[in-house]
Amino acid sequence: MSLNNATIKARLIEKFGDQVSGFEEPYGMLTFEAPKDMNLKVMQFLYDDGELRFQFLTDLTAIHYPDKSGKELAVVYHLHNLADNIRIRFKVFTDINKPDIFTATQLYSSANWMERETYDFFGVNFVGHPNLKRILNVDEMEYFPMRKQYPLEDQTRIDKDDAMFGR
Amino acid sequence: MPETITHHHVKLPEGSIEKATITLNLGPTHPATHGVFQNIVELDGEKIVSAEQTVGYIHRAFEKLAERRPLYQITTLTDRLNYCSAPINNMGWHLACEKLLGVQTPKRVDYLRIIIMELARISDHLICNSVVGVDSGAYTGFLYVMQYRELIYEIYEEVCGARLTTNIGRIGGFERNFSNTAFEKLEKFLNEYPAVLKEFENLFNRNRIFMDRTIGAGPISAQRALNYGFTGPNLRAAGVDYDVRVHTPYSSYQDFEFDIPVGATGDCYDRFLVRNQEMWQSLRIIEQAYRKVQEFKGADAEVYHADAPEYYLPPKADVYTKMEALIWHFKIVMGETEIPPGEVYHSVEGGNGELGFYLISDGGRTPYRLHFRRPCFIYYQAYSELTKGSMLSDAIIVMSSLNLIAGEMDA
Amino acid sequence: MPRPVQFNIHPKPADPKDNISMADAPDGYVGEGFFATKLNDVVGLARKNSIWPMPFATSCCGIEFMATMASHYDLARFGAERLGFSPRQCDLLMVMGTIAKKMGPIVKQVYLQMAEPRWVIAVGACASSGGIFDTYSVLQGIDQVVPVDVYVPGCAPRPEAILDGFMRVQDLVGHESLRRRNSERYKKLLESYGIQ
Repeated sequence: MSLNNATIKARLIEKFGDQVSGFEEPYGMLTFEAPKDMNLKVMQFLYDDGELRFQFLTDLTAIHYPDKSGKELAVVYHLHNLADNIRIRFKVFTDINKPDIFTATQLYSSANWMERETYDFFGVNFVGHPNLKRILNVDEMEYFPMRKQYPLEDQTRIDKDDAMFGR
Repeated sequence: MPETITHHHVKLPEGSIEKATITLNLGPTHPATHGVFQNIVELDGEKIVSAEQTVGYIHRAFEKLAERRPLYQITTLTDRLNYCSAPINNMGWHLACEKLLGVQTPKRVDYLRIIIMELARISDHLICNSVVGVDSGAYTGFLYVMQYRELIYEIYEEVCGARLTTNIGRIGGFERNFSNTAFEKLEKFLNEYPAVLKEFENLFNRNRIFMDRTIGAGPISAQRALNYGFTGPNLRAAGVDYDVRVHTPYSSYQDFEFDIPVGATGDCYDRFLVRNQEMWQSLRIIEQAYRKVQEFKGADAEVYHADAPEYYLPPKADVYTKMEALIWHFKIVMGETEIPPGEVYHSVEGGNGELGFYLISDGGRTPYRLHFRRPCFIYYQAYSELTKGSMLSDAIIVMSSLNLIAGEMDA
Repeated sequence: MPRPVQFNIHPKPADPKDNISMADAPDGYVGEGFFATKLNDVVGLARKNSIWPMPFATSCCGIEFMATMASHYDLARFGAERLGFSPRQCDLLMVMGTIAKKMGPIVKQVYLQMAEPRWVIAVGACASSGGIFDTYSVLQGIDQVVPVDVYVPGCAPRPEAILDGFMRVQDLVGHESLRRRNSERYKKLLESYGIQ
């Protein structure tokens, strides 16, 4: 097990210079970010490099930060190198008004539905996705429910006292 | 929904005969499927040309709900992910919280957790495998083993009071110590179950009809399985020995000796055999864990939770009679205790693969964002590739042998 | 080598005296060679002991239903031996589990496909009221789309609770008037759901 967080970080900086930033290690998992148009290049490098070999996409999701203007949506990839058993977390931030991110479906088939889910919840537009449409919610839905401004509760319900349920 | 059959003709090159394909809608509620899955398959005769899945028929907005709930109240949500193995989800969630909060659990708690988690794995695999039997026409196995699944449920009931959606345990351990009855029931299970599993295997493993139905149905190569994000028994059936319990041990799994069964072709038969083998391995783990638990004597045998008063609920009797305990209970349940900000990914080996919890806390009373990595959801997208070119009846058996749990898939 | 199996190899002799229960005959006049009673009662008796349930299982409660119909709890004891998975053949729609808004129209369609007389059980908190899922995507109780006869509480209800709910449906079926389905009140009820 030669591969460790320091090596990965060094390799990434060697390749991308100051394009990759924000290195952290919360609870032991290397976390970093890159500009949003770099996401595929970084992942391709992580996938192809003979030493890094991050060839398993564990998870893909998004987070909404309404207060970070210009970086409201974060798309988070969890990648796993199964051979050396090490995980990393990779984030890209995007403006909520223009949430275009390149799709990772060419690298990982598993990204297909995870990106559709992220689109369904947050409205992240994955450029180049073969079939980007809603997956969990009904097609007629007009908003992206996981964004912070939208309410959780079913709005049709009348038997609940709003004051008691914190609406 | 009834099958809607529409005909349209595909024009083939000059000289060849004209062929027609049929579009058949399976589901979301269909006699041959269990759970709510919709597959629209394009059939050429009885061969599947292509299949398209639709999911989301029981989407319940878990992640949005979790943003409104303090940590303890999320345990009830995790129950309803993969409800066949609810305790694994509960404990996975508690382990993720413990990681965030920095709570260290004593060894005895770890071992007790392992006993419950492995029981849950057995009950999960038992349902999956017996349902594969049902779908290939062997109802007997299902009716036979469901009787013995009740033994597992009785143990849960003794430990936490519930059968299916268990909400078992607390952050830091268990609500109370295991009673003697619980251990007696566990012993009964350990004594009786191996013979049942043997009989179950005798019924299926070398059964000509079953083998013909499952061998070669829905195979996948290791390469494709990894690319599709397979985890759990389905990945191991394809020949990759990835198991979270071994790769990233949690809850002291490193103290146990067990094997990871792997298959070769990743077809339905391999998935079935891998699950059966895993049940044997789970039994091995439970036996070891039970022996280790018995080694704790005296005061050590009374340890059933970590010493973390800020997050572990006070005893119920005190809550009813003492003011301070009541206040603490309220504060913990409402998320008013100190929760550190942080970003945690914790995964456990769930019934059908790597179940991950990606938790972002901003120090508030509820998580800022909680994402569940649901193994079912991720590997179900391979379904159309798995069934392409196979017979219609294989589509059904592939679906059940993937162990798809609608609740987990749609979250 | 003897097989290492110790289960189900000592069959119990049949004991019809205590194990088989006979349904009571309805009230009526008995005399030499005749028995007179209401047609209602006879039809009710027949119907209630041969209900064909249509399991509409979506989530957790469905797993408890599997336990209910399997060997340990055995729903077949109540005359529901055959689970029809086709709505056309069934009398009783058992909705078990969360019904999302995406699923709502399908529940209704399945209900419409069933022939009269038909009954509905909502098993579990989700089917009854939306349960803990008061969210944008979940239907807040199936009674918003189809009329429900019996609600079974619990999350998930134990098999005993499902059996109890089933027995209550049996009571309803047994005592139902043959004219109920033609009554104005029933038509109004259906109309309120937009069913003609």
